[in-house]
Amino acid sequence: MSALDVNVTRKIGEFDLDVTFSVESGISVLFGPSGAGKSLTLALIAGLLRPDTGTILINDSVVTDCANDMYVSTQERRIGMVFQDGLLLPHRSVLDNVALAVRQTSGRQARRAVARTWLERVGAEQFADRRPGSLSGGQRQRVALARGLAGEPALVLLDEPLSALDSAVRRELRTLIREVILSSGVPAVLVTHDGEEAEELGDVVIAYNDGRVTGVRMVELPEDAAPQPESPDGGASQ
Amino acid sequence: MTGLIPHSWLNSVGIPPWVWNPLAISLHAACEATLIVAVVGITLGYILAKGHFPGRGAIETVLSLPMALPPTVVGYYLLTRMGGPGPIRTAELHLFGHPLTFTFTGIVIAQIVESFPYCLRFSRAAISNVDPRFEQAARAMGLSRWRTALLVTLPLARRGIVAGVAMAFGRTLGDFGATMIISGSVPMATTMPIALYNAVFFGSHEQAMVLAFVQLGVAFVILFGVTRLGKVRAW
Amino acid sequence: MEQEHNLVHQLRDEHQAVTIALTVLVGLGLGYGVAHLFAGSIAYWGVVSGPFFLTLRVAIPATLIAGVSGIAAGYVLAKGQFPGRDVLETIGSLPIILPPTVIGFYLLEVLSPGTRVGGFLTRVVGHELVYNVAGCIIAATVAAFPFCMRAARSAIEGVDPMIEQAARAIGLPNWRVALLVTLPLARRGIAAGLTIGCARALGEYGATLMVGGDINGKTRTLSLAILDSFTTPEKNTMLLILVLMAVAAMTGVGLLGRSRT
Repeated sequence: MSALDVNVTRKIGEFDLDVTFSVESGISVLFGPSGAGKSLTLALIAGLLRPDTGTILINDSVVTDCANDMYVSTQERRIGMVFQDGLLLPHRSVLDNVALAVRQTSGRQARRAVARTWLERVGAEQFADRRPGSLSGGQRQRVALARGLAGEPALVLLDEPLSALDSAVRRELRTLIREVILSSGVPAVLVTHDGEEAEELGDVVIAYNDGRVTGVRMVELPEDAAPQPESPDGGASQ
Repeated sequence: MTGLIPHSWLNSVGIPPWVWNPLAISLHAACEATLIVAVVGITLGYILAKGHFPGRGAIETVLSLPMALPPTVVGYYLLTRMGGPGPIRTAELHLFGHPLTFTFTGIVIAQIVESFPYCLRFSRAAISNVDPRFEQAARAMGLSRWRTALLVTLPLARRGIVAGVAMAFGRTLGDFGATMIISGSVPMATTMPIALYNAVFFGSHEQAMVLAFVQLGVAFVILFGVTRLGKVRAW
Repeated sequence: MEQEHNLVHQLRDEHQAVTIALTVLVGLGLGYGVAHLFAGSIAYWGVVSGPFFLTLRVAIPATLIAGVSGIAAGYVLAKGQFPGRDVLETIGSLPIILPPTVIGFYLLEVLSPGTRVGGFLTRVVGHELVYNVAGCIIAATVAAFPFCMRAARSAIEGVDPMIEQAARAIGLPNWRVALLVTLPLARRGIAAGLTIGCARALGEYGATLMVGGDINGKTRTLSLAILDSFTTPEKNTMLLILVLMAVAAMTGVGLLGRSRT
């Protein structure tokens, strides 16, 4: 059983996306230069946009089927999303932000308790009562990660979660992301244009270029020390 | 303005004098008032948008008061200032030679006061929304502040400014309370809104329907234009 | 230090709309209380109080109705994608520049028991809608509605759609996204619209005159009373009240607008 099956096409103006891939467990990275269609794919998976043709299945159940005009709304797909800019609700506290995502429990207290646990896991519990506006970028992304996972989704999507942060913070959070996601057991799809990040975070790297998937490969763990196969980045274009 | 087109022509087209008279007066007053409002309003709007002096907000608030006041208050204030003793009346007599109450000019002034806030706020908002980088580029090219305003800022803000002028024009045509107090309600020498009032209470229902419909149509056309033009709101 | 600075600004901005709303409410309440206390001392209070309280009785329900419907209309216009949106917005905005006499005229056409529509409505509602307080409220609501609607639309359009998308991604259904995300983020603009709508409701003259009838004691609101009491001094008190309310309203609108920049 795969966590995600994607087989879609979508045209936007001149740009033409046509991709097919599957994701099992662990972290799969969509890697490629800017404008290759990675974030667009994520939006299609999330249901924020509709493809022109094709199907998308999450946990083997159909969420998008263009041929049969079947389309599950974003809210009903059990996904979590982490955006580049966090996009936390600025007028609510950090705790409320995460609690809103908890759908598997009912009752305000219960939801807040679950939210607090997640905040602890990402190392942001001390900000629970603050507003997102008063946090630094790195702190906000921790909260965004907690929010993305707190709803016990079947799949978590991360769209360049670290690109807006400076490199020191980025490195620090990379380890956190990998740890928290893997220990939660939720399969993840992460978009990035940073090669280092792809290698460090991904179990599988799906290479993107100009709207197409150009290669899929497993990431060897450092201890295996296997020689690198063809490099996944569409190197020339930038 | 009624002198421009022969009455016989109008009658033959089917527009009776009780429509044409107030319509002409309304349009005439509206054009004069809007002209002045546009010039002063856009200028002040620019100053308020670009200036950095304390009390900017207060000035805009005070100048916008007619929007929140009942028109009768505005009319009453103008009537006492222009009709009774005081510095305004002195200036008035000096400039015009006679008091302006119950005159056409008085109507124009009342309409200026009532419609000014719309032009001011729309202009100020539109000019504030112009990306400052365009102006910076112009200044870097060597354009003086004056030319930057005329050639860069105002053209970029034109949609909101035109919307503001259109709103002011519409408001001028639609003024009732202030105009009524300043000018009384002499039949056949009044604006459209007052003519309608007279028709409802002293005239025929048919007349009232015609007058109302004409004004409705005009207002609709103006507002539709403003809606299309403006993704700039003044509030 | 930088975080603390941000926090202070955050608190000030977050709560400013609420603060202003509370101030206005407290102001109205204080005004009511103070008016009672000083009833004896305010010149001609006897004559002024009738129209004053009538104006409040008319303006408050009118603002509420115009506010709720204006927000709803603004939301639909902001989010909807149907043809004729601009036409609807134009129709809704007409009372801004339509002469109050035209509004009054058409309201009479629609509400008078003598007409077909008016007769129907009168039967449905149970009592007449003209020449009484109900008529005044309707006239004031019509006057206030466009401001609430336009302000609401503008404010709602200004909300970052990505934040709404993020809320959907967490699983919130569309109505919760509207209530928990869109409207709270648009609250400042909506509050400004309510404020100026309230001011217009307070100051409505022409339509109220025609639909209400300017009946002394029953439908003579403050703005009508001024016209009537032309040669007597109590109008100074009335004027003062109206001017103060207008100043408060425009200041509120100005404050709500400014903090955005």
